[in-house]
Amino acid sequence: MAAPMLRWGCRGRRWALACVDGGSCHRRGAPTGSTSNRIRGQSSVAQQPLHTAQKPRKGEHKWAAVVGLEIHAQISSNSKLFSGSQVRFSAPPNSLVSFFDASLPGTLPVLNRRCVEAAVMTGLALNCHINKKSLFDRKHYFYADLPAGYQITQHRLPIAVNGSLTYGISAGKECGQVIPKMVRVKQIQLEQDSGKSLHDDLRSQTLIDLNRAEGQLRVDANISVHHPGEPLGVRTEVKNLNSIRFLAKAIDYEIQRQISELENGGEILNETRSFHEKLGCTVSMRDKEAKQDYRFMPEPNLPPLLLYDATSLPTGADPQQVINIDQIRETLPELPSVTRERLVQQYGMLPEHSFTLLNEVGLLEFFQNVMKETRAEPKKVTSWVLNIFLGYLKQENLAVSESPVTPSALAELLDLLDSRTISSSAAKQVFEELWKREGKTPGQIVSEKQLELMQDRGALEQFCYSVMKDHPQVVMDVKKGNPRAINKLIGLVRKATLNRADPAVIKEILEKQLSS
Amino acid sequence: MLGQTLREVSAALKQGQITPTELCQKCLSLIKKTKFLNAYITVSEEVALKQAEESEKRYKNGQSLGDLDGIPIAVKDNFSTSGIETTCASNMLKGYVPPYNATVVQKLLDQGALLMGKTNLDEFAMGSGSTDGVFGPVKNPWSYSKQYREKRKQNPHSGSGDSDWLITGGSSGGSAAAVSAFTCYAALGSDTGGSTRNPAAHCGLVGFKPSYGLVSRHGLIPLVNSMDVPGILTRYVDDAAVVLGVLAGHDPKDSTTVPINKPLVLSSLEDVSKLCIGIPKEYLVPELSSEIQSLWSRAADLFESEGAKVIEVSLPHTSYSIVCYHVLCTSEVASNMARFDGLQYGHRCDIDVSTEAMYAATRREGFNDVVRGRILSGNFFLLKENYENYFVKAQKVRRLIANDFVNAFNSGVDVLLTPTTLSEAVPYLEFIKEDNRTRSAQDDIFTQAVNMAGLPAVNIPIALSNQGLPIGLQFIGRAFCDQQLLTVAKWFEKQVQFPVIQLQELVDNCSAILENEKLASVSLKQ
Repeated sequence: MAAPMLRWGCRGRRWALACVDGGSCHRRGAPTGSTSNRIRGQSSVAQQPLHTAQKPRKGEHKWAAVVGLEIHAQISSNSKLFSGSQVRFSAPPNSLVSFFDASLPGTLPVLNRRCVEAAVMTGLALNCHINKKSLFDRKHYFYADLPAGYQITQHRLPIAVNGSLTYGISAGKECGQVIPKMVRVKQIQLEQDSGKSLHDDLRSQTLIDLNRAEGQLRVDANISVHHPGEPLGVRTEVKNLNSIRFLAKAIDYEIQRQISELENGGEILNETRSFHEKLGCTVSMRDKEAKQDYRFMPEPNLPPLLLYDATSLPTGADPQQVINIDQIRETLPELPSVTRERLVQQYGMLPEHSFTLLNEVGLLEFFQNVMKETRAEPKKVTSWVLNIFLGYLKQENLAVSESPVTPSALAELLDLLDSRTISSSAAKQVFEELWKREGKTPGQIVSEKQLELMQDRGALEQFCYSVMKDHPQVVMDVKKGNPRAINKLIGLVRKATLNRADPAVIKEILEKQLSS
Repeated sequence: MLGQTLREVSAALKQGQITPTELCQKCLSLIKKTKFLNAYITVSEEVALKQAEESEKRYKNGQSLGDLDGIPIAVKDNFSTSGIETTCASNMLKGYVPPYNATVVQKLLDQGALLMGKTNLDEFAMGSGSTDGVFGPVKNPWSYSKQYREKRKQNPHSGSGDSDWLITGGSSGGSAAAVSAFTCYAALGSDTGGSTRNPAAHCGLVGFKPSYGLVSRHGLIPLVNSMDVPGILTRYVDDAAVVLGVLAGHDPKDSTTVPINKPLVLSSLEDVSKLCIGIPKEYLVPELSSEIQSLWSRAADLFESEGAKVIEVSLPHTSYSIVCYHVLCTSEVASNMARFDGLQYGHRCDIDVSTEAMYAATRREGFNDVVRGRILSGNFFLLKENYENYFVKAQKVRRLIANDFVNAFNSGVDVLLTPTTLSEAVPYLEFIKEDNRTRSAQDDIFTQAVNMAGLPAVNIPIALSNQGLPIGLQFIGRAFCDQQLLTVAKWFEKQVQFPVIQLQELVDNCSAILENEKLASVSLKQ
């Protein structure tokens, strides 16, 4: 997501992004949507095109799976949702805990404006209906890392509802084709996070960290299977999945497990399960928490959250005291789907390339900065950024921001290539040099390593002449009509010029000389 | 001096007739002499003396912070006080020292007030007698007044001695006793269903419950968040207004507070002819003592004779109010008490078999039966299967009750006049014949509806009963018309000339400290 306020995984204050999805989940197709979805209650399960979970064998019914996700994402803000204490990743345990965070008696929640704005922005980005009035509720349960004995959330009337996110999945063996998909977002709610429990089984102790600022993805997946046309199956909830990879694995596993359970005459229990990362399977949590009654109650210390738009804004309202949805809409950055469409239109880029550019943080900006400075064709730039540049990054597990090669350096390099000053293979050599962070420009590297293509046609003709003279047999082969023989000559000339000659020019000279 | 109004004392301090330290020491001595009243849980002597010293410096430099500078005050022990133990009269919070001040406490300290100590209450403010706290019951200073003693001598049936001392009412009984016994000039109470007005009525004080949202609850350990309001107990309406002036206003730490446009100034009402007083007919219940009923009607007559319009109004949902209050109160209690699990602060049991076992034992040991009973009921009402039938219904009834008041005020009524309590203060031994729940249901009958509607209300003492005990009446105002309400209350206060408590026996005992005061033999008020 381009929207900067959502980080995966949350703690501190967080969102519960709850979306209903059309369960388009089959074996490999776990919702790869970059955001989120979740089902709340089976009644809201969508009936979208359902895919078979298994290739149906003869005489077998098809199975369809329905998946809903509840995604917890931390809001990028300086302070917590309901208190003024800071949010910082990897701060020492319990170092960022206000009196409210510690649930000292008499403390009250105060809603963080920034978090509300971020929620509205997310709602707009996900095509949600923004509720101009939303409410806060208390959800009760006893747990050591929940010091108040309840969590403040938006149970009855959340800040945003009924959204959707379109995304694409690569299909086919070549993954060359992007199939557009849509996932429906049921609701977005502002929710206070619990703390973190660290269980020390050895000393039989539990340590509590109330900082609540983990930078992890946390997703609960609800999964059921049924035969198309029949009522939905009983769902299970796999809790606390903390990466996209595990999420996909857990869903795949759970679908298979439910199908084989049912096919073997078993039944699916409405239960909470956890994903065992090492074994790659889900296991029942048999958690006392699972079936409990949360005794929801309105949070009396927070008045209803009222939002305004241009038409409902009270006259003379202090801008500091109100949140204007329309104003936030104006500050919304270009959404990824729009950006991708623009890239395809503007640069003739393949849709899958536009996805790759957007999926890597900072890569699009890098690409655009290169484009600004280079004369090279967009296709060339795309190819270099996605193949060579991204390849180097992946190999060393670096983020775009950590790259040793700046957009300007790559632009300069591509200019050299574009003007045929250097060959494509020389360019790769230059890139490798640039990666070493020695502070040299591509131009300097080219001249130091003498990588320029020979511009002196007379000299090149001389090389060609010598090679032909030294290899009469090959020349004969060419003349006999062997189409590959000319390539051998070209290779020999290139070798003679220490790879500094443009093969196209060599070919042209050779052909001219051979035909004379 | 000790019987003067706050402004009178403030003037005396400014003129140097007495220093803050002298005043502080007088109050501290009285606190010691009246220790048997059990008004205070913690006496913060050192803090008070230090504050007095600083106040004295300011007065010497002519830099008084205002009317409250150097004035001894007391605070109910359910307001957080930085560095001073805050117990809520519960085992659960024994030894708990908050690291911060409640906003209202901070505001008083910022004005130079001297914090004498933390006052007694029913555990977690759940009660109407100030009898159900872990530190024992509070005794009503009127038990020892000349007025009451003399009446008792005339009654051959009444026993002698200390055994039939009276309750203060509650739950802010400690604050009421502290003010009533002249150990401070003002005290903070809290008022969720009448906890400030009820003890004020029994102790002959002004007990003011501000509009919900006018005064910050930050730092007040909650009973029912949607009804709790910090209350003010003083001897005079003017004093309550001074304190309210300091406390009122938006607090960024309490999102339910609202900004106030102009400072609160109490003018003297000369003419009540433009005033319309409403008498809610549903408040005339069979259980109301005949004495209070007749005083109530005399008060109405007084307004009428002075030219005010007095009309009967109807608050038709009144009879459902106490049941509705019970459901909403216990539900929020169940939620608010969830944080007391023994993990971070307060009491923790010795059991460590499992976290759950520790929770259960801690909460069993930490809370009294009243608190546990309310938690149990509240959790029952909040269960998914019961929520609609109890909590949601009670909320709907709450809305109807609030609308009753709105309708009454819309019909042109400025202020409602009602009894505060069914009867005068009863002896402790009489009081405990009924359980806390029964007592609360009886004693909150005239007061809790106001909390559900968020309105301002004040108890004004009107006269002494045949037994020589204070009787108060309640004025209820429109939401956020606290100033208008207090203005009417002040007029009424002036008309009725409620007698000052004559604590001769106490005074005799405390002659050493009070001698210098040249106290009038009949009254502490000069």
